[in-house]
Amino acid sequence: MNAIAVQGLKKSYLQGKETISALKGIDFSVHQNELFGLIGPDGAGKTSIFRILTSLLLADEGEASVFGLDVVKDFRALRKIIGYMPGKFSLYQDLTIQENLEFFATIFETTIDQNYDMIRDIYVMLEPFKNRRAGKLSGGMKQKLALCCALIHKPKILFLDEPTTGVDAVSRKEFWATLKTIQQLGISILVSTPYMDEAILCDRVALIQNGEILGLNTPEGIIDSFDRPLYEVFTNDKFSTLQQLRKLDITDKIYPFGESLHWITNNNIEEKLISELQKRKISIRFIRAGIEDVFIHKMSIKEHEAELH
Amino acid sequence: MKQNSIEVKDLTKKFGDFVAVDHISFQVQQGEIFGFLGANGAGKTTAMKMLCGLSFPSSGSAKVVGFDVYKEVDLIKKNIGYMSQKFSLYEDLTIAENIKFYGGIYGLSLSEIQIRKNNLLHKLQLSHQEKTLVRELPWGWKQKLSFSVSMLHNPKIVFLDEPTGGVDPVTRREFWELIYEAAAEDTTIFVTTHYMDEAEYCDRISIMVDGSIRELDSPTQMKQRYQCQSMDDVFLLLARDARRNGD
Amino acid sequence: MKTFWSFVKKESLHILRDPKTLFILLGMPLAQILIFGFALTNEVKNSKLIVVDQSKDAESITLIQKIDASKYFDIHFAEVDPNKIDQLFKASKAKIALIISSGFSGQLLHSHSTSVQIICDASDPNTATAQSNYLSAIIGDYQKSLLSRGSLPMTIKPEVRMLYNPQLKGVYNFVPGVMAMILLLICTLMTSVSIVKEKELGTMEVLLTSPLRPALIIAGKVIPYLVLSMGNISTILLLSYFVFDMPVQGSILLLYFCSFIFILTALILGVLISTITDSQMTAMFISMVGMFLPTIMLSGFMFPIENMPKPLQFVSNIVPAKYYYIMVKNVMIKGLGFAGIYKELAKLFLLMSFFLIMSIRKFKIRLA
Repeated sequence: MNAIAVQGLKKSYLQGKETISALKGIDFSVHQNELFGLIGPDGAGKTSIFRILTSLLLADEGEASVFGLDVVKDFRALRKIIGYMPGKFSLYQDLTIQENLEFFATIFETTIDQNYDMIRDIYVMLEPFKNRRAGKLSGGMKQKLALCCALIHKPKILFLDEPTTGVDAVSRKEFWATLKTIQQLGISILVSTPYMDEAILCDRVALIQNGEILGLNTPEGIIDSFDRPLYEVFTNDKFSTLQQLRKLDITDKIYPFGESLHWITNNNIEEKLISELQKRKISIRFIRAGIEDVFIHKMSIKEHEAELH
Repeated sequence: MKQNSIEVKDLTKKFGDFVAVDHISFQVQQGEIFGFLGANGAGKTTAMKMLCGLSFPSSGSAKVVGFDVYKEVDLIKKNIGYMSQKFSLYEDLTIAENIKFYGGIYGLSLSEIQIRKNNLLHKLQLSHQEKTLVRELPWGWKQKLSFSVSMLHNPKIVFLDEPTGGVDPVTRREFWELIYEAAAEDTTIFVTTHYMDEAEYCDRISIMVDGSIRELDSPTQMKQRYQCQSMDDVFLLLARDARRNGD
Repeated sequence: MKTFWSFVKKESLHILRDPKTLFILLGMPLAQILIFGFALTNEVKNSKLIVVDQSKDAESITLIQKIDASKYFDIHFAEVDPNKIDQLFKASKAKIALIISSGFSGQLLHSHSTSVQIICDASDPNTATAQSNYLSAIIGDYQKSLLSRGSLPMTIKPEVRMLYNPQLKGVYNFVPGVMAMILLLICTLMTSVSIVKEKELGTMEVLLTSPLRPALIIAGKVIPYLVLSMGNISTILLLSYFVFDMPVQGSILLLYFCSFIFILTALILGVLISTITDSQMTAMFISMVGMFLPTIMLSGFMFPIENMPKPLQFVSNIVPAKYYYIMVKNVMIKGLGFAGIYKELAKLFLLMSFFLIMSIRKFKIRLA
């Protein structure tokens, strides 16, 4: 049995007079004890998937089950085995750490003592401040507390919707480390993030854009699926270099990427061109693609397909 | 040698006993893309408010496009643009109405607004959509439009607050190309963010920890100095021992 | 059950941890009762009185002297043409007049019975009633003092005429009105805002995915406000008794029961509002405009319902505060028992059930 099985999910909303399809047919499954990532920008449909899987939203079409429990028919049983941290989740600011945790423990019909094993590793960091109100905690601490609250009833699976959005780099790093330890407790995890660089921290990922899955594989597998030559371009004048190289026939795409530019070409670049570029103080080197390059590539293929239809 | 757009010396802001910004000094060149980084609570918002003329420094000096942050606040405000993820455009106005409104605030004449509006829409390929309500635009388009609108009065500096968080990778690139273009035309770009992947796009970055600037250099130099793969790791090294925490 | 009480405890903590709001919630009944009370009752002291004495005999003069001696009235216009009273009222020179017709003493001594006329400017009905009551009381006193003189009892019948607003409907008494207003404000506004706040925080999503039943979530939300409101009723009743000498004439138990039903209705309305909006701002706006204004305007508290245009009278039938206002007036002021209010109680109950069904149907076990 899979931890999550999703087939042909469709969902559309009415916004004003227009119908917006948030999900256009989503299929994927998550194995037991897997750390599975949904990677995609805001508005890709990640939150809709989370809400359908946690029985908060009904899909228009398709089926979904969590540990064999249908998200529509078995929603009461389902709600007992899941832990959910919504995207905008921010706890009760006016209650202390202890009070928040106790409250979530009781509504899930358990106590802190009973399941202390689940949260011990995280809670020890919070314990010294347990009488501090949640509103007075730093972003990283709030994150940890929220995680404790989602874990306190020993769920079989955790749903974390964009847990690292708006959290600084230090806390993000810690958070992913914590996820690994939770996974070792035997819990399956579905996590979403808009940060492409977090994809490599998952066992498998699905890239999502506009309500469609662009690709689904291990992070390595996703990167290996990239089949074009990719060069990293260094220059002092990024803007004009972008304009110049874009005009070349060999260029498929060129775009800014951090300090450099990424240049996807139709064929390997010949030495002649390299030395010519060097004269113009543009240096290039062949590199392996990252998740973000794959995402951009797959997005443009989709757009191209859409234009053809 | 280009002029300095921002010159800050020993700038300090105290709230009672708490020193939010502690004697920071740096310069930003005209046409430079400068990343202003720090963890939550490091003091970067306070520092930026002083530079935009929204808050008076406790001591130290700062000049923004040649104007003094103590005496010439009005002139500073006229010559800077501002865009953040939170403060964007009016959702219930059309694209054209938003542009006219912003043009109006900065005292542009009607004919001037008309010309700049047409240029802007042409550049963003939105000419046929000027009567579209902003709320109907895709998220990425909004961000690009919002940036262009903040440039409507040809400011010498644009302050950007986490401009591309959560934007899809393709739109993010298009957005940075707009920024590169503006920088190529000698507009100074001042980016505050706590997303390290945004920082990598900047020419130079400063990292604030506990109210002071701990490091200031180009991303490449910084990564070499600390022997790190990414800015994320550099930031982790610097910010890990931060005493202050929280928003 | 333990789950449920922990929910109630959490809600109570929210209320207690926000001292500013709590202070307003507890202080508001105090402030409102005092403001309304003093603004409306102060004027009875040293009221300007017009006296028209057409009799001018020993008895009438004694009566006038007695009135003048009291702290409640100052005689300002002793010699006035009765037809000019109206003009004086309209010029706000006085608000009450006493007319003693000729032959006062004669009628009193020979037929042991006579009458005087009291005319009030009832455009401010509260003051008018108070003044005419005081004046009648003084005349009654005088009547008693006459007893010692004669062998047969003599009666002086005051004939009260209310000008401009003869039915005296309206701000007859502010206490029932203030009670309705405050209960509605606390219950409807605070509940809807506190539920919507959970939606904004994202905690509602977690609550919904917990085994906690939606009905319990709602109940847990409303109980602390129910308690708070019952406390507020007591404050108001104590205030009106000790500060304004206004005891509850009927059964206190019945009064609390009516209040309980009204509070439930208001709470359910709050829940209903929270189901149709996702922002605290909207919830607050709907509560204020949709609930608070009709309560003030259409419950009969400010304006008599009988004087309203027909469509408004019709609308007033679905304003819960109307029934509550009538019930409180009947129990508290007129001292009526259950028989005097069962109709209103039944109607309020009907309204409550209607809102309850609506909100249960609207409150979803899912988000959309």
